[in-house]
Amino acid sequence: MPADTSTIDAVATGKFEHPDTIANQAFGFWLYIMSDLVLFATIFATYAVLGHNYAGGPTGKDLFHLPYLFGETMLLLFSSATCGLAMLAMHKDKRGLVMTWLTVTLLLGLGFITMEINEFHHMILDGNGPDRSGFLSAFFTLVGTHGAHVSFGLIWMAVMMGQVITKGLTLPVQSRLLRLSVFWHFLDIVWVGVFTIVYLMGVM
Amino acid sequence: MNQTPIDSTGAGRGSFKSYTIGFIFSIVLTAIAFLAVVRGGGLPRWAILFGISGAAIVQILVHLHYFLHFDTSSAARWNVLALLFTLLIMIIFVGGSLWIMSNLNYRMM
Repeated sequence: MPADTSTIDAVATGKFEHPDTIANQAFGFWLYIMSDLVLFATIFATYAVLGHNYAGGPTGKDLFHLPYLFGETMLLLFSSATCGLAMLAMHKDKRGLVMTWLTVTLLLGLGFITMEINEFHHMILDGNGPDRSGFLSAFFTLVGTHGAHVSFGLIWMAVMMGQVITKGLTLPVQSRLLRLSVFWHFLDIVWVGVFTIVYLMGVM
Repeated sequence: MNQTPIDSTGAGRGSFKSYTIGFIFSIVLTAIAFLAVVRGGGLPRWAILFGISGAAIVQILVHLHYFLHFDTSSAARWNVLALLFTLLIMIIFVGGSLWIMSNLNYRMM
């Protein structure tokens, strides 16, 4: 995208620093987040419909381990907070501090996704993969879609850390970091819905 | 100078205080929800369901306010409008699916 890059570079060098640009980019990204929310709504609807079709297989009570899930939830919650601290450091123009908090956020996110993959791995090894029942198909689709979002968020975070190192906290980099933080907080909000509806209600 | 564009995004800056408050609220609400399910054996099922749903809704509002800085300022108004419209669509999707499928289930019995 050569045209796009030249526009961003022009903004970075202050050639035409349009005051609305970053606000428009943030709003556009917010609309994407809203479309993503619609995607999650359809998957939640699927889970709500299929969630009790166990086909004689295991139920949530047999599969979910709440202390393990509490650990996962805490990792994501802490990463949301450290992501916020990275944004505060960015507003104060403290590059080293931004890198520190982004690294912590990245590690917490990696911990979350590792725990989730480990959970999936053991379920599939035990013969409780997505092909076992309607409930498990819906479960893997919903939790897996959230996990895929977190994984892409982690890739994005690694790229942004590279940009903070190579480009510094320029206006375009700040704008991207801001959108990344919105994405990250959004994933935490979706996770609140997942652990409440899928896990907590699943073991009741 | 670059304060204005970042501030006017509607998902603008928080303070250390707002992140701390949001974080503490989230931890407490998560703990309440988990404890209600793990230790609330004596409570009636509907009470636990009501409790954890309430905790989830409050926690989502806490995240929106303290982490995404949603408020009634004019900068955030379009974000809030987009969110409200999305919520309407979500209610139609989820509620509609459940309605149709339970109705179908009833007729197939």
